[in-house]
Amino acid sequence: MSAYDCVMAARANDRPTAIDYITRIFGDSFFELHGDRRFADDKAVIGGIAELNGKPVTVIALEKGRNLKERMDRNFGSAHPEGYRKALRLMKQAEKFKRPVICFVDTSGAYCGIGAEERGQGQAIAENLMEMMALKTPILSIFIGEGGSGGALALAVADEVWMLENAIYSVISPEGCASILWKDASRTAEASECLKLTSQDLFKMGVIERIIREPKDVDSKLFDSLKNLIAQTFDKKAEIEPEKLVEMRYNRFRKF
Amino acid sequence: MTKDIFNFLKPKNELEGHEEKPENKPYIPDELWVKCPVCKNVMLSSDLEDNYKVCLKCGYHFRIPARQRIEMTVDEGTFEEFDKDMMSANIIDFPEYTRKLKNAKINSGENESVITGLCSIGGQKTVIAVMNSQFMMGSMGTVTGEKITKAFEYATQNRLPVVIFTVSGGARMQEGILSLMQMAKTSGAVKLHSDKGLLYITVLTDPTTGGVTASFAMEGDIIISEPHALIGFAGPRVIEQTIRQKLPKDFQSAEFLLEKGFVDAVVERKNMKDTLAKLLKLHSESEVVDIECL
Repeated sequence: MSAYDCVMAARANDRPTAIDYITRIFGDSFFELHGDRRFADDKAVIGGIAELNGKPVTVIALEKGRNLKERMDRNFGSAHPEGYRKALRLMKQAEKFKRPVICFVDTSGAYCGIGAEERGQGQAIAENLMEMMALKTPILSIFIGEGGSGGALALAVADEVWMLENAIYSVISPEGCASILWKDASRTAEASECLKLTSQDLFKMGVIERIIREPKDVDSKLFDSLKNLIAQTFDKKAEIEPEKLVEMRYNRFRKF
Repeated sequence: MTKDIFNFLKPKNELEGHEEKPENKPYIPDELWVKCPVCKNVMLSSDLEDNYKVCLKCGYHFRIPARQRIEMTVDEGTFEEFDKDMMSANIIDFPEYTRKLKNAKINSGENESVITGLCSIGGQKTVIAVMNSQFMMGSMGTVTGEKITKAFEYATQNRLPVVIFTVSGGARMQEGILSLMQMAKTSGAVKLHSDKGLLYITVLTDPTTGGVTASFAMEGDIIISEPHALIGFAGPRVIEQTIRQKLPKDFQSAEFLLEKGFVDAVVERKNMKDTLAKLLKLHSESEVVDIECL
């Protein structure tokens, strides 16, 4: 599978979105929490509390929507500053109540628009990076589809980052890269290769800890095994002192 | 055009000693004249230099090289550079990047898009980092991030404030995901510094966008901007393409960000050093100790 095939697979309309993961992993235990308490509720970001093997977790996800109506409603998974601020509010809440945070990432990037700029898109992302780095509770981020630049990183300053086999994670979209570099957006496939954005590439570079194999047809096995993996990981992280955890997180990113 | 205007002013007796009549204007080579890109005013480059490279007519702040910025800002002779020889490599084997790095070094005379070091500003010892638009438009690569992170770590260990002048087109795509990781790395270093109760001032200059805006540029305790600087997450062209409409005038300008609450003050270049000195003094730790001693 080429890098460009991966890009296409990561963006495929029939790919499970965050809602599928939340529903299949946490079931009815998920209780959604809305709003950033400052401006609005951003529907591109879903947040809430759920139960994982009897223990509470905070769940935060970038949701693209599963059909056209949902996609428009969710702004195609591109969050505004209020989305990142909602995420941070819920992470701080998780820290207060000493429960771990799981993030599902699927976005082509933070939204580029007038309102997003007026309300400080850059500042919102920057604040998340800074605060997540020092959050005294475990954070796990799983890239389930697209991981578009700063808009994805704002939910991925984590103790561990995992990727679905065909998910991607890149500093710029291959289209953007091709048009800047060669003034030719049709050279997307070539740009996809150059950017080293596949799970395999990123694993080799030490940017992610784990690749989750994708079965041909997504079935309950994927979600069940993911659920167990997440639970095991949080159990292990729970044994680490919060100060030590934060130090390890800093060193995780310090090496790049 | 400018060239044509001034060509006829060349006195014919240029090489014939000082026989020119008083009404003859002196011969001035073309490179001594500068045209403001905003108001098109033509001025003597020496006048422009004397005015901190700010247009005498409209106040446009010309982009200036990092070395000149350091010279304007720090107390004379106090700058000690960190990591001068640290250089980027083509780590993900990206096409054309090796050549681009080489050109950037030649164009800027520097090894990277940021210069870091120790200095005094108004007698206040501080760590300073100045980005350079002449080096790949100040884009943030691994070495940029490393130098900034090390500067913060030095400041944290030695309990010193940090002042950063930003100018950047964002993360450097030629380093792929590793350039994105610099946003997290630098933010972590800012956080450790901040948690020790130390001061960090950012000065945003034209343009500051992308991954730099979305990391250390917006993480200062105090955020200052030069007048009319373009500051944003997405660049204006990207936004226009996304929303398919023209952006309002002055959108993403320093003054716009001041109005929206994202910068503390817009400060003219000629007042920048005094402003920084004043803010650094207000946060100086020795001052606090003195008061406690009383």
